[in-house]
Amino acid sequence: MSASNAAAPVLVLRDVSKSFGPVVALRSGSLRVEAGSIHALVGENGAGKSTLVKVVAGVHRRDSGTFELGGEAVDFSSTAESKKSGVAVIYQEPTLFPDLSVTENIFMGRQILASGRRIDRAAMYAEAERLFDRLGVRIDPRRPAEGLSIADQQIIEIAKAISLDARLLVMDEPTAALSGVEVDRLFAVARSLRDEGRALVFISHRFDEVFDLADTVTVMRDGSYIDTLTIAETTPSELVSLMVGRDVDDLFPKVAAEIGEPVLQVRGLSRAGVFHDIDLDVRAGEIVGLAGLVGAGRSEVARAVFGVDSYDSGSVSVSGRPVRAKAPRSAIRAGMAFIPEDRRKQGLVIDSSVSRNVAGVIRRGIAKAGLLTSSMENRAAGPWAGRLEVKTSALDMTAATMSGGNQQKVVIAKWLATDPKLLIIDEPTRGIDVGTKAEVHRLLSELAGQGLAILMISSELPEVLGMADRVVVLCEGRITAELDRADATPEAVMHAATHQLEDAR
Amino acid sequence: MSHTDVERPDSGHDGSDTTEVSASEALLVEPSRLSPTRRALTTVLRSRELSIFLVLVAVVVLATTKNNGFLFSSDGWRNFLLNPSILLLLAVGQAVVIITRNVDLSVGSVMALTAYLTGRLFIEQPNIPIVAVLAACLLLGAVLGLVNGVLVAYGGVPALVITLGTLYIYRGIMLTWAGSDRINAGDLPREFLQLGTRSVLGVPLLTILALVVLAIVGYYLYTARGGRELYAIGSDPDAAVLYGLPVRRRLLAAFVLSGALAGLAGALYTARYGTVSSSVGLGIELQAVAAAVIGGVAIFGGSGTVWGAAIGAFLLVTINRALPSLGIEDFWQRAVVGALILGAIVLDRVLAVRQARKLAESRDHS
Repeated sequence: MSASNAAAPVLVLRDVSKSFGPVVALRSGSLRVEAGSIHALVGENGAGKSTLVKVVAGVHRRDSGTFELGGEAVDFSSTAESKKSGVAVIYQEPTLFPDLSVTENIFMGRQILASGRRIDRAAMYAEAERLFDRLGVRIDPRRPAEGLSIADQQIIEIAKAISLDARLLVMDEPTAALSGVEVDRLFAVARSLRDEGRALVFISHRFDEVFDLADTVTVMRDGSYIDTLTIAETTPSELVSLMVGRDVDDLFPKVAAEIGEPVLQVRGLSRAGVFHDIDLDVRAGEIVGLAGLVGAGRSEVARAVFGVDSYDSGSVSVSGRPVRAKAPRSAIRAGMAFIPEDRRKQGLVIDSSVSRNVAGVIRRGIAKAGLLTSSMENRAAGPWAGRLEVKTSALDMTAATMSGGNQQKVVIAKWLATDPKLLIIDEPTRGIDVGTKAEVHRLLSELAGQGLAILMISSELPEVLGMADRVVVLCEGRITAELDRADATPEAVMHAATHQLEDAR
Repeated sequence: MSHTDVERPDSGHDGSDTTEVSASEALLVEPSRLSPTRRALTTVLRSRELSIFLVLVAVVVLATTKNNGFLFSSDGWRNFLLNPSILLLLAVGQAVVIITRNVDLSVGSVMALTAYLTGRLFIEQPNIPIVAVLAACLLLGAVLGLVNGVLVAYGGVPALVITLGTLYIYRGIMLTWAGSDRINAGDLPREFLQLGTRSVLGVPLLTILALVVLAIVGYYLYTARGGRELYAIGSDPDAAVLYGLPVRRRLLAAFVLSGALAGLAGALYTARYGTVSSSVGLGIELQAVAAAVIGGVAIFGGSGTVWGAAIGAFLLVTINRALPSLGIEDFWQRAVVGALILGAIVLDRVLAVRQARKLAESRDHS
C-alpha cells in the first residue's frame, strides 16, 4: 500500500468538468503532478485554470471526471476536507479577515494551543515571525489585516499555505502583485518545498517565471486540457501557440473607426493610497484599453471618473464640460455610461425582466405623468435589445436566468438607451463563454465605429491588445506607459505593468 | 527570533529624527518598535472598552455629587450592581451573535417565555429544586435559540428577518400559554426569591452570576479556537467558508448561547421581581443590541468584545437611573440613550475612515 502510494502521483485529475448554470467553466481538465515537482499550469484567462484549482481545493465540486490524491480517489465537498488531506491553496484574490491580526489570519482554525486548549498567542506570533523571516518580509504579526497592500496580503496567503505543511501546494498567480525581491524569496521557498518531496502547482502568466521555476508544464485552453510538456523540451513560443491555438485577429474583429474630438479628459486625478496623477483622454470612436496587474488601481480610476468613488484632487470633463466629483448622476447627464466588473451585483437588477432593466435608466424619459407601465417599458426596450441581438425569447425573461454573455448585452443595451458619448466598461468579458466573448467584442467595436468613445478595463492581455486603439498601462496607481495600437506588444504592456516592480528587483 | 527591536534597518537613526512617514509606517506595517508592555498599554488606552468605562464613571460621579445616595447608600449600591445584571446577560449573548454579523431580536420573547415557565414550574411542582428550574429555563432558551440558528444557518435568510419573526412567534406562544394569568411572588418559594435579593460580601448574587457568565464567555472568545472563528466568520463570511471553518456549526452555537442566556435571564427576572406579566422583556432586545453597539461591538461583525457589551449594559441602565436624579425629563432620557448609540456608531465610522486613510497613505510612502 505504502509502496504503491510512494510511486503514485500526488495529484491526478482526468477529464474533470464543471459548469455554472449555462456557462461551462471547465470542459475537460486533466492534470498529473508528481511528488518533488513544480508543475506549471498555463493558459489564457478563462481557460479554466482557476476553476480547476477550486475543484482541487474543494470550493467547487466537479460535475464529472476522476480526481485522485496520492493514488486514492477523493471527492471534496469543502475546503476543510481538502486541507485535512494536505492540500494548501493560494487563491488569486487574497481572502483575509480584515478585522483580525495578521497572525490570526495565518493560523485561523488551527491555532497553536497551550494547555487547556487555550490559544497560545506568544507561540503563534513567534511562528508568524519565523514564517515572515523565511519569506524575507517585514510585517508586524500583530497588526490587523485591514489596509495591507495587495502584495502584503499575498504574502500572508503564502505564509498561511506554507505553514499548513501540505503535500500539495497550489499557487494561483501568487506573483501577480509581488516585487522582484519577494518573488525571488517565494521561489526559493518553493524550491525548498519541492526538495522536501512536496508537489507544487504554479499558475502564472509570466513565462520567465514558469521557465525559471517549473519542471513540467500543462497547457489549458477554453476549459480543456491541451498538452503536458517538460520545461527543458519546450519554448515560450511553443507554449503561446498551444495556449492561443488561433489567430488573435480572428478573435477580435476590430473595425477601423474614425477618431474624432476628445470626449473624456481626466487631468491629475489623485486619491491617496490608490492612484496618482492620472491623465487620460478618450476621443470619439476610440477604444482605450486600461491595462495593469491586479491591484494596480484600474477599476478604482474608472469608479472615480464616473463619480462612484471620491478623489482628492484633479478634474474630469466630458466634451469640455467639467463633471462634478462623486456624483454619478451628473456623470450620466454629461453622457457617461459605466458597466462595472460585477455585472450581476452592480450592473443589473438581476431579478427583473430584460425590458425593465433596459428601461430602468431612461424611465423618466418614457414615463407619462410619472407612471410607468410594462407596455411602455417593452416599447422602449424592444429596439435596443433587438439591435444587440439579446437572445431572449421574450423581453420579460428575468435577467438572472440568462447566460453571462446575454446579461452583459442587456447591461450594454441599458446604457445605450441613455444615448451616451462615453462608455466605461470594466472587464467586459469576465465570466463569459469563449464563444460569446467574440460577440461582445464585435459589439464594442461596432459601437466605437458609430462614434462612441470607449474606455475598456481588462485583465486579459489579448483582449486589450486586440480591441484597443490605444493602451494605457497602470502600475501601482500610476500611469507607466501609453502605447499606440502598433506599439502595444504583450512584452511592452507587461513591462510597463511591472515597471516599478522591475526597478525594485 | 527575538531580535526585532535591535537590528532595524534604520537603527542608526535616533527615534526622534526619523521622518514622520517612516515612524507611522513602522507602526503600521513593520514590527513595532514599542516594547510589549508599552504596546499593551497603548492598546488598552485606545480601546473602546476603556472610553465607555470612563463615560460610566463620569455618569456615576456626576450623579453621586448631586445625590450622595446614588452610590453610597446601601440601596444605591445594590441597584447600581443589580439592575444591569439581567440586561448584561442578554447583552453578552447578543454581542456574540453580532460578532458573527448576525443579530438576535427574539431574546426578549425568549426571556418572557422562560420567566413564565419558571413561575408555572413552581406552581405545578412546589418542591422542585431551584437548580432544576434554572436548567429547564436554560434548556428551553437553548432550544428556541437553536430554532433561530437553524433558520439563519441553513435558510440563508438574514438573521434580522428570522429573529424578527421568531420575536413575534415566541411572544405569541407565551401569550397563548399564559392567557390572562399572572405569576405573583406568593406563587414562588422563598428561597427562589432570595436568589434575586441575596448578597455575598455586598455584591448581589445575581450580579455575581452574570459576571461569571461574562467571564466565561469573554475568556472563550479570546482564547478558544471556536471563539476566534466567530470573529473570523463575522469579519468575512465568504473567506470563512474558503478557510474551511465550520461556519454553520459556529452560527448555531452563537444563537444557542444567546437563547440559553436569554432563558437564564428569564428565570432570574422572576427571582428578582417576583411577578411575571405578559409584558416581560418587551423591547429589551433593542436595549441588548444598544448595549453591545455602545460597548464597541461592530454591527457588521468581526470586532468588539463582550466586556465592552457588559460595560455598555451597565452604562445604559445607570444612565436611565441617573438622569431623573439629575433632574432631566423623561423624554430627554430616551434621547440621551439614542444620542449615545448614534455617537458610538459615528465614532466607529470616523475612526475606521481615519485608520483606512492612514494605512493608505503609509502605503504610498513605502
